[in-house]
Formats: sequence, structure tokens, C-alpha cells
Amino acid sequence: MKKEGVKLFVDGKRLDGRELDELRPIKMEVGVLKRADGSAYLEWGENKILAACYGPREVHPRHMEEADKAIVRVRYNMAPFSVPDRKRPGPDRRSQEISKVTKEALESVVLTHLYPKTVVDVFIEVLQANAGTRCAGITAASLAMADAGIPMRDLISSCAAGKIDGKVAVDMMGAEDNFGEADLPLAIAPQKKEVTLLQMDGNFTRKEFEEAFNMAMKGCLDVYEIQKQALLKKYEV
Amino acid sequence: MLGVIADIKKDYIKKLLEEGKRLDGRGLDDYREIEIRKNLYATAEGSAVVSLGGTQVAAGVKMILGEPYSDMPNRGVLTTSAELVPLASPTFESGPPRPPAIEIARVVDRGIRESGCIDTEKLCITEGEKVWIVFLDIHVLDYDGNLFDASTLACISALLNAKMPKVEDGKAIYGERSGSLPMADKPISTTYAKIGSAIAVDPYLEEEQVLDARLTITTTKKGEICAMQKGEGGGFTAEEVLNTIDRGIEKAKELRKLL
Repeated sequence: MKKEGVKLFVDGKRLDGRELDELRPIKMEVGVLKRADGSAYLEWGENKILAACYGPREVHPRHMEEADKAIVRVRYNMAPFSVPDRKRPGPDRRSQEISKVTKEALESVVLTHLYPKTVVDVFIEVLQANAGTRCAGITAASLAMADAGIPMRDLISSCAAGKIDGKVAVDMMGAEDNFGEADLPLAIAPQKKEVTLLQMDGNFTRKEFEEAFNMAMKGCLDVYEIQKQALLKKYEV
Repeated sequence: MLGVIADIKKDYIKKLLEEGKRLDGRGLDDYREIEIRKNLYATAEGSAVVSLGGTQVAAGVKMILGEPYSDMPNRGVLTTSAELVPLASPTFESGPPRPPAIEIARVVDRGIRESGCIDTEKLCITEGEKVWIVFLDIHVLDYDGNLFDASTLACISALLNAKMPKVEDGKAIYGERSGSLPMADKPISTTYAKIGSAIAVDPYLEEEQVLDARLTITTTKKGEICAMQKGEGGGFTAEEVLNTIDRGIEKAKELRKLL
């Protein structure tokens, strides 16, 4: 959506006082749920997200089972009270698409061959949303999987960049997302900087895309450091 | 929705209860530790997360302007729903709400509605045309037993802490708040599990797995009963019902102080 009469910069700074390449404050904690095999709680700006991982466990329905590997299933869901206009409970088209690309982003690092005929279920619940919930959800989900002890060759870290008022910026918050001109969510396996999720909407020149891509990549690597700290913290004595 | 429990544990829980003891060390009238965190979610008009031992339930209040029911043209509308999302338990599955979720939403709804705790006449903007519609959404986050009491506590707490959007020229302005919801009571639900001959309050998951019958009693500030629900296949004697109600009314007084 193109902005009309909405100011997205005040005195050269973004609406929340950030620089173009600055992330919102991020807090992560793992092992927050009793019943789940692994779990994580994440606050990213005004986003509040819980993720849980169950498995590897038996596959229901059975026909989804794969003889030679585990499958990964993801359900991204928003609480009805997580957005300004109450969201009707249950999956809509947006949630289903996010679930699908999130699954594909996470699956790539799981050593699925170790657990044939099983499923790793990942659940993401958005409790308060303010732009960037898919990146926050993927980041939390990857932590929940690590917390559950799912064998993985890397974590998955995610961050978006976009264009606001003609300028490329990282990690857009609500107003910037609504009135910005482009959005590029990215997820990577940080060790090899391998891209496992990439979406884009809006309008970038070739040059702007590269700038935004690099900014999102750097954001992912910053997120990765916070993820590692959150996991280490659980085992601190 | 309960999952399995080993027979040997089942027997042990029952045996202990015969002696008036519980596996987690509580007395028959003790709740697990309760923590209420208020207004964590700014996107809701009001919200609360209640931990009851290992159980965690979030509740959110959302309000929109809409049409009243034709038989109650001067009253606001309350709509309660519950989601047992699969994040909360290995035994919950995704999909449309199933009977357990519907039962929780309806029992919580009855307690709130019948206690008259929301003065719905004050939610009327224009009679017959425009009233507040209050959505009360229960989102279970971690299931370790007794969702009824955790959900009611979370809902009442969310309602008590909700701030109504301002109304100007018949339109809601969500950025500005015009004060609290008109709340007249604080209904509290207390749930008891009958296991063998013992009746214990606030069953945790393993007790729910072995219980014969369940009784939920919701009471008002005055100590009057506003909703009840008996659940599962076993039965209560008349004496047990009356006795449990007395215990519930007393217990509710304690819980109400937490709000």
C-alpha cells in the first residue's frame, strides 16, 4: 500500500526513533511451556509470540507418513485478540500460506532421515501482532525445535527488510508495514547463510532489492546471536 | 483430549485420595498456585493470562459496535469462544472447535452472563440500532488440567481490566479509551473432581485422567450460584452435590481476592 499523507520519518528518524538499519528490541526465552516437548516465547517490538514443538511422534493421519524420513508440520495461528480488528478464530488463507512457507523454511535443516515414519509438529501462536509476525514466528519455532532436541544442522533465523518513504529499512513495524512500499521477509540457516524463506511484495529496483536483501540478511544474523543466547541461558547454572 | 495414564499411577492416585491425600501433596480443598498477569496484549481491549499450576490460559476482550438482538434491543451482546490450540497439549488437534472446547466456552459464558457481572444495558449506544458487542476469546496455552477455572479467572480478569474504546458520532475510536466496562460482579468458578469416594478441588491433568465425575460451580460475590456443570460419566449423590456446593462457595471467596 502506498502511503498518502502519512509521515513515516520524523527528524530523519523512523516513527519509533530507530535508524534505517536498526532492529526493534527482541527478547527470547525457551522452555516456557510444560506440556510441549520444546517451546519458546518471543517478544519482537510489539509482537508477542509463543511457539511449541512436539515430536518426533507418530503421524496422524497415517497416510501422511513417509517411509524413509520424518515429516515436519507447521501451524501458524493468530489469537482473535492479537490484532486491532478481532480475527475470526481458525485458519484463513493468509495463515495457511504462512504455515506452508514456514514449514518449508524450517524443514530444510532438520535431520529427517533419523526418524522415519514420524512427524515433528510445530505450532506458532501469535498473541499480539505488529508487523513481522512470520519472521518472529519462524525464529521462535526454530528455538522451540532446538529446545525439544530435534536434531538439526542449524537454527533458522528470520528478519524482514522493506522500503518506507523511498528508503530501504530493516524490520518494519506496524505503521511502516501498512504504508510502506515494499516488504521482503527472509529466513536463513545462518552457518552457510543459506536462504530458506524469501517472499516479497511491493516495488523495488534491482539496486534497492540488493540493499534490502543485505539488510535483512544482517538482521537475520543479529537474530541468530540472540537465539543462541536464549538457548545457552536455559542451561546456565 | 486427555491422553493415557499408567494403571499403576491411576491406582496410586485413587489409593492416596481414599486417605484424603493427593499425589502432588495438596489437600482436597487446595488450589495449585495461581498467578494472574493482566493486560499483556495491547491489541485487546483487555486481556489476562492465568497460570494455575502448569495450566496457562489467555483471555482477550475485543469490542465492536453492532446491532442488538431484536428481543433485547437495549442490551449489549456477549460472545464467548474457546480455542484448544494444539500448542497447548500433545492431545489437542487443530481444526474447528470440538465439543470439549465448546463446553468450556459455554460454561464460562453462562457463569459470566447469569451472574449479571456485565451491566449490558450500559453497553447500549442507540436502542434497537447500535450496541457494544463484546467478544471474549479463551486461548489455552498449556493444558495441565482444570481449564474451566483457569478460563473463568482469565475471562473475568480480562473483563475487569478492559478499557472501552471511545464512541463519537456513533463510531468507535479504538485509539482512545473511555473507561472500564460496566462490571457489577466477579463470578468465580470452582471445579471438583470425584475420584472414588473423594472429591477434590482443582484437578490437575493426572487427576482428570482418572476422575469419575466433575462438578463446576460458579458463584457470585453474594455467594449465590449462577452456573453449574456436571461432567463425565460417573455420578454424585445428592449429599455430595450439596456438600460440594458449600465447599465451592467458600473457596470462591478466596479466589475472588486474587482479582
